[in-house]
Amino acid sequence: MTSSPSGTDSLFARLLKLVTSQKHREKPVHAFLFFSAFVSVLTTFGIVWVLVKESLPFFAKVSVFDYLLGTQWNPLFRPQSFGVLPLVCGTFLIAFGAALVAIPFGVGTAIFLSEYASDRLRNFVKPVLEILSGIPTVVYGYFALTFITPILQKIFPSTEVFNALSGSIVVGIMALPMVASLSDDAMRSVPNALRYASYALGSTKFETSFRIVFPAALSGIVASFVLAISRAIGETMAVTLASGATPKLTLNPLESIQTMTAYIVQVSLGDTPQGTIEYQTIFVIGLTLFFITLMMNILSNRVLAKYKMRYET
Amino acid sequence: MNEQHYQKVLFRRKLVGKVLAFMCVMAAFSAFVLLVVLISKIFYDGWAYLNWDFITNFPSRFPSKAGVLSALTGSLWVIGLTCLIALPVGVGASIYLEEFAPKNRFTKLIDLNISNLAGVPSIVYGILGLVIFVRGFGFGRSILSASMTMALLILPIIIISSKEAIKAIPNATRYAALALGATRWQTVRDHVIPSALPAMMTGIILAVSRAIGESAPLLVVGALGYVAFNPKTPMDSFTVLPIQIFNWAARPKAEFHQLAASGIIVLLVVLLAMNSLAILIRYRYQRKLK
Repeated sequence: MTSSPSGTDSLFARLLKLVTSQKHREKPVHAFLFFSAFVSVLTTFGIVWVLVKESLPFFAKVSVFDYLLGTQWNPLFRPQSFGVLPLVCGTFLIAFGAALVAIPFGVGTAIFLSEYASDRLRNFVKPVLEILSGIPTVVYGYFALTFITPILQKIFPSTEVFNALSGSIVVGIMALPMVASLSDDAMRSVPNALRYASYALGSTKFETSFRIVFPAALSGIVASFVLAISRAIGETMAVTLASGATPKLTLNPLESIQTMTAYIVQVSLGDTPQGTIEYQTIFVIGLTLFFITLMMNILSNRVLAKYKMRYET
Repeated sequence: MNEQHYQKVLFRRKLVGKVLAFMCVMAAFSAFVLLVVLISKIFYDGWAYLNWDFITNFPSRFPSKAGVLSALTGSLWVIGLTCLIALPVGVGASIYLEEFAPKNRFTKLIDLNISNLAGVPSIVYGILGLVIFVRGFGFGRSILSASMTMALLILPIIIISSKEAIKAIPNATRYAALALGATRWQTVRDHVIPSALPAMMTGIILAVSRAIGESAPLLVVGALGYVAFNPKTPMDSFTVLPIQIFNWAARPKAEFHQLAASGIIVLLVVLLAMNSLAILIRYRYQRKLK
């Protein structure tokens, strides 16, 4: 530890210098990488800031209670009224109908994929689901308007040209692949030991799938439902095309309604002057929409986290 | 007696199981039927107006003269710029989070934040773009504003899939480079990224496909319904394919519905081309690994 040959020493020093200078030159790269990750934080702050800031002048004129509990939504014509309930009602009517389509079909597909399908069938069904989920939403809107609505009108003659049912059916089709593939993942991660135990006790194949595997994967499956409903709430183009622009407090799916997203589109397509209360409504609706979907996403993350813990212990 | 009863119950249990299992098969099969019906309906409607003029004409009041040229070039502009913005930032963020970020609460927060952003409805991004890019930065209702909005929308998807790709690279690769005296950035640049690139590309192409079909945020940012010129600079006003389709589909006349269907075929062909590319890359990558 006393002295080393002076040649090696200087070589070591030179190497050290080289590495230090290289590290120095990389500083801007590190800064860029950090900034990239930070963009996502900025985006979240941006969204919250924009929505809150532009909503405040609205709430200076309309009280929060009138907004949240009002049953009339008519901001674009006089006399104006700003009760959000009809839009919320329309949105949830769509989401509920979509869930009725996506959940049974999605879960059925998932049980088939994880418990019954051979590898060959799996490799056939999976890409079909991927294609269905990759088709743009405006295409589903077109399909609802020109294919599903005419069929509905034949079955129920009172069906309006724009109706909630047709919109919720296509939104359900859109959400189906998500429910199917997430539930499939959840059921496949159930250890085989549980299945063998069930068979050993004399269960049939379906009893094992439905009474053992399904409950064991339930939290993952429920998380997929919540995500699908959240997706349905935020869906825009299909419901705008298929379900109309009539904010209405109704539970009749054959009538024309308006969702929160469709209202934002309606205002964006018109030429509402900036700064008016009509213009501010899109931010208020945006804020409401953001809040609802955020809550649902947090809920699904919670459910999922619980499910992960169960299998790690 | 008891045995007989057992056999009877067992038969019933098996029957119920078979019926319900059959329903599951039908559910899975219905997805395929839906896809076939959807595609055939669109081709049936859209075939009439689909010819070369449809690709090279601008939109028009007269269905027979209408085309998608401005929408197609608009889509290419928006997607091109979106990639230029979103790819470096998205890949950069995933590198930071996987390779450089300290394991602390702040990093966890960023991760959680990204997965929440992936669930924000696309139209909310449109509102963000309207206030920040169109008005705040003064870019107006331009291609640039649209691309920046779209970039923010697909960033979470790119980051999440790129992170998975980087995670899949074994640590041995990193240790080998570090042991030879490379800095962390040199390790990432020369070894981790090249091996993770094919898997990353698959995720990126899926994200870009999403951007091609997305239209709600661009309506809010201010894409126009009728554009009879090809955009020349990023500051020009624009329309994109899905919005052109939306406009045609929203009209009551049946001829315009057919035009919408023709537009959808063009859009689906563009998407199909993108996705074939993704599959091709995945295939070549898998072969290389073997």
